Formats: sequence, C-alpha cells, structure tokens
Amino acid sequence: MKAQERFDALSKQPLVAIGSSEGKVVSTWASLRGVLQHRQMLSLLVRRDIKSRYKDSSLGFIWALVRPLTQLAIYYIVLGKILGAERGIPEFAIYVYTGLTAYGLFSEIVAGGTSSIVTNAGLIKKIYLPREVFPLASVGSALFNFMIQLVILIVACFVFGSPPFSKEAIYFLPALAILLIWATAFAILLSAVNVYLRDVQYLVEVVVMLLMWASPIVYSWKMVTETPGISQLAVQIYTNNPITLAILGFQRTFWISGHDIAGSAPGGLMLKMVIAILVGLVFLFISQRVFAKLQGNFAQEL
Amino acid sequence: MSTDISESTPVDTRPNIVEIDNVAKRFTIRKDNSLKERIVTLGRAGKRHKEDFWALNGVSIDIKAGTTVGLIGHNGSGKSTLLKVIGGIIDPTKGSVKRRGRIAALLELGAGFHPDLTGRENVFLNASILGLSREETEEKFDSILAFSGIGDFIDTQVKFYSSGMYVRLAFSVAVHTDPDLLLVDEVLAVGDEAFQRKCLDKIRSFQQEGRTIILVTHSLGQVVELCDRAILLNQGQVVLDGNPREAVADFRDILEGRRLREKEQEQETAKEKHEEVAPIDEGTVVGVTAFAAGHAVGDPVAPGADLKIRVELEHPTGLTDWVCAIQIDNELGQVAYGTTSKRLGIELQPLRGRRTVELTLHDVNLGTGKYFINASLMDMSGRHLHDLPQATSFNTPDYPLAVGIVHARPEMAELS
Repeated sequence: MKAQERFDALSKQPLVAIGSSEGKVVSTWASLRGVLQHRQMLSLLVRRDIKSRYKDSSLGFIWALVRPLTQLAIYYIVLGKILGAERGIPEFAIYVYTGLTAYGLFSEIVAGGTSSIVTNAGLIKKIYLPREVFPLASVGSALFNFMIQLVILIVACFVFGSPPFSKEAIYFLPALAILLIWATAFAILLSAVNVYLRDVQYLVEVVVMLLMWASPIVYSWKMVTETPGISQLAVQIYTNNPITLAILGFQRTFWISGHDIAGSAPGGLMLKMVIAILVGLVFLFISQRVFAKLQGNFAQEL
Repeated sequence: MSTDISESTPVDTRPNIVEIDNVAKRFTIRKDNSLKERIVTLGRAGKRHKEDFWALNGVSIDIKAGTTVGLIGHNGSGKSTLLKVIGGIIDPTKGSVKRRGRIAALLELGAGFHPDLTGRENVFLNASILGLSREETEEKFDSILAFSGIGDFIDTQVKFYSSGMYVRLAFSVAVHTDPDLLLVDEVLAVGDEAFQRKCLDKIRSFQQEGRTIILVTHSLGQVVELCDRAILLNQGQVVLDGNPREAVADFRDILEGRRLREKEQEQETAKEKHEEVAPIDEGTVVGVTAFAAGHAVGDPVAPGADLKIRVELEHPTGLTDWVCAIQIDNELGQVAYGTTSKRLGIELQPLRGRRTVELTLHDVNLGTGKYFINASLMDMSGRHLHDLPQATSFNTPDYPLAVGIVHARPEMAELS
C-alpha cells in the first residue's frame, strides 16, 4: 500500500477512544463485542491449552481420564462397598461417575479460570486483548475434557447400566447451562480478584474440594432428606444450591435406574433449574461488571 | 537520516493517528500484598501503606500518520508507560487517548509464544493475538518463515529454539501483521547484528509505506537516525517535542545535570563519613575547564576552532616527576582524543600547591554531539594518582550532513 492510500484509508476511520479513565467502565456490550471479534484467537488459545498440557507425555490425553477414573475407583470401593453408601443406590458406579463428570466441569472451570489472568500475565502486560478471553479459554479447555468424560459416561451407560434415552434426558440441557453459567461467572469474577489478592487461587482450591461434598455426588439426595433431625430449611438450602440442581439434572439423564426410586429427586426440578439459570445470568452479568471495573489496572498489578 | 516519505503528502494534511489529551497515570505502590496484611491494614491505617506515584502527568500529544516518533527520557521518566497507554495495555487515570487503524505492539517479542508448541503453531497463535485472521496468516506464512530464517526448525517446539531464533520468529510475525501503527519498546537491541540490520531495514520500509512508528529506546543514535520527531519526557511530563537532534541534545543535558547532582551527593556522603575521595598527599586534579579560543565556557565548539583545556592540579607537599593526562570521550564513552604531557615530551615543573596546565588543540574537527573531558594526574611509571572522570563537557554545533565523531565536509558526485 502506498503511503498516500494509507493516509486516505486512515482518515476515513473514526478516532476511537482507547482504554478508559477511572470511573468510566467499558460496557458489557462492548466487552462482548470485543470477545466475539477475537473468537478465532479464543479457539487458538483453547487449543494451545489442550495441546500443551499433554504435549510431551507418551500417553497424552489418557491422563485427562486417569484422575476421574481413579476418583471413581476410590469412591466406588471405599464409600460404596466398604462404608456401604451404595445401599439404596442401584448402579452406584454410574451414579458416582455422573456426579464426578458434572462436578469436574465446574471445578476445572473455576480453578483454571481463577488463575487464568495471572498465568497469562506475560500476554496481558504486553498486548491489548479483551481480557475476558483468558477465563473463557479455560472454560473452553475444561469443556474439552468434559466431552471426553461424557463419551466415556455414555459408553458406560450402555455397557453397565441402561442407555440414557429416557424423556428425562431433557434435564441434561438446563443442568449443563447451570454449570456453565455459574462456573463462568465465578471464573470471571475470581480471575480478576486473584490479580489483586493472590490468596484467592489457593482459597478456591480448598473451597472447590469442600463444595464437592455439598452436592449429592457420592451419596444420594434422598439420604440427605432422610437424615434424622434435619430441618426443612437446611434441605431447601442444600437442594437449591445450583451445583446440586445441576448434578441432580445429570443424574436424571444418565442414572436411569434412579427413576424407579421414589424421592430420589426433589419435586419441581425443572422450575428450580430455570430459576437457577436466571439467577446465574444475573450473577454472570455482575461478575463481568466487576471484571470490567478491575481490568484497567491488570497490567500494572501483575 | 530520517526517511522523507512521499514528498507529495505534507505532514499538515495527514490525518492524526493518535490523539493524546492531558493524560495522567497514577501508580499506587502498596506495601501490603497478602489478604492477611490487607485486612490488618484495612481502612485508615491502609493509607499509610499506600504511596502515589505519577508516572505520567498532563501529557498531550497528537501524532500525524506516517511519522516516526522517538520517545526518550531516562529510566522511570514515563516513556514506557506512555507507550503502554497508547497501546491500550494500561488505562490512564485521567485524560483520553484516541487512536485509529490497526496497531501492533512490539513491547516484548514473542510475548504470546508458548514454549511447548511448535514454531508453526506459535506463528498462528501470535498472529491471531496481533489481530490477523487465520486465512491472512496462511497467506503470509511463507513470507513470515522466509523473513525469520528459521527454516526447518519451524516444526520444532519453540522451547528448543535459541534465543535468537525465538526473537527472529516473533519479530517476523509482528512485522507481517500490516499495522498502521507500530509500537516498539527496546526490542531492537536483541538479536545479532545482521538481524538488527534487517529490523532497521524493515522499519525504513515501514516508513516509506506511510506507517506510523512510535519508538522507545535508549539508543540516542537510533533516535537521530530513524525518527522525524522526538519527544523528551522527564518525570512524566513532556519537556521537549520536536526535532530529534535538539531533543537528544537536551536529554544529554538532563543526564549530565543528574550525573553532577549524583556526584555531589556522593561527595557529601563521603565527607560525612570522613572519607577522603582521594588521599590528598598524592595530589588532586581540582578542576577542568574547556572552551573554544575566543569563546566563553559553555559555548559550542565549532569545527575548525582551537580548543583550550585548562586543568587545575594541587599537591600539598610537592611532587617532582608527574604527568598530566587529558582525554576526550563522546557520550558513549568512546575515546575521541587523548594525550599526556609525557607523550608531548614536556617535563612539568614540580607540583607544589595549585598549578594550572593548559592544553591547546588546534583545528578541532569533532562531529555533532556532546563530549566529556577526563583529566588524570599520573606518576612517570603511568600509575594514576588521581582521576577526575567527566570533569567537564562541551557540545559541538548540530551538523545535519553527517553523524559520528569526526567532522568533515561531505561532497558527493556521480562519476559514471
């Protein structure tokens, strides 16, 4: 391009304000547009994460499965057989693996997303990109692992249980939506806070470990409701935890033998899930606002 | 020499590519960084753990398309911060920055490279980070590969690359992104000489293509050579905006002033500790003055002038065999000229009390720049009894036809 042509082309473009002074924050819509413009890069970042993770190991992606399968073996043998948690839960292995798959998605997004901004400090300090792409890239790579696990879960359903083709399979969609919305919201919020307070990423590891026991993954929801002396309020709080709702949704889909058990899931599950999705969307919006507010100082805080 | 691009387009009629209006940037330096410390120092007590530092203060600059602008200033003057504000990497605290066109920031080469991916994968990733679509990258891939000179190593993981290969590949990607505005921060100092030359050639061709370049560098020679405008920053404010040669000269004065202040402080602290800078009984070089014959001290030394250098020395008890040495350095510390009384075959009278030695250099032809004079008192065996490095300095007038230490009148003719 000749110099004059370049000048002409430039003078036709409008001057765009870059960054923002304190007080003014980029709107959610503008952020969303920025991310959409960079979607190709987002997919490359996700691929980078996935490729680099197992690049030099000879077993490669198989390692992505070792962790959940080991967890499954431990919970199945220790909790199920030895401690007897499998009583009242037919097809206990499928049940546990369903919960682990769902919770694995949530924990990977939250944990990976929280540290995503700090991990990519090199990029953030040197090049301007919509910063939301980094937590979103960890959502992408977590989804990839989730897909692999999901395939195994479906195969396992065919081999060890019943094919997951009931009309209850419809619960899968809102359940997945709840997980994605809430986990992404946490990832965006915590990734920004983590820049200012590095303690957050260690805290998240602990909380994620703890939260696993606050949802019916290795025990059943029925056991909680039948706990002697439990108040109705506690059951309500426990049930309406979005992770619990999502995991119950997954279990409706894949744990077919649970359909025959009375009281294996709360009534009005679909409505509860829709509410969780709506609340989650509000939370996601708030997280993004906080992120937009905090991101202006990322480059200097890292 | 700065390249004059497209004579047909006067600078005034070109569009502004960057408009910076009264930009200020405050950094808050916190001393409490963990959650525990923050909670402990929450509220009023927290204020004591904060310190404000204005990296930029009231900077307003408009940059026309197609110019090459050099940002100069000493460490911490805010030039890198300004570059990051223009790049959108740091948000300003006050004021606004407006910009148009495609931008590529070379703040660190290979910032987006992942060591575990191959060169090829990294090219695609880095190009997309810099704003190129996949199709555009594919189209330019061969050209990127050729410019980098990486060859067959392109399919090797970049962690096995030498640092030079890494930088070459990264620079190659960056210059192929077709930027209207290129931000460069000190990255041209890496790579071997051949590659540096290649980079500078690329920058010149960028200039001819009407691209705008904003350059942060400590190499003042580069500023004079490449830029058609220089902005001198000091403590976050624009001190001078204009001709690169003038800005560079001013900058050297600032550096000189700072050096003198530091030296004074050094001497004061030495005094406080009752330490002598040099043992007095070995003699001292007290001071040096330099001026062109017929001119005052501080006036520029024009080519062809006679330079007079007066060295004042002192010895309390008396020194019989001694040598006075004088050396002229350019601002990079390279020796431009040097001689001693021994070389000249002069036997100086015994040094007792204060004495002044005058050296006259006839018909001095020094190129444009700032020069420093070092003076030494030595014994006959060449042992330095006392040195006064950079005792004084002088400037030579701006000579636009050439660069370098030597002044000579150029004339170019085409023979065939």
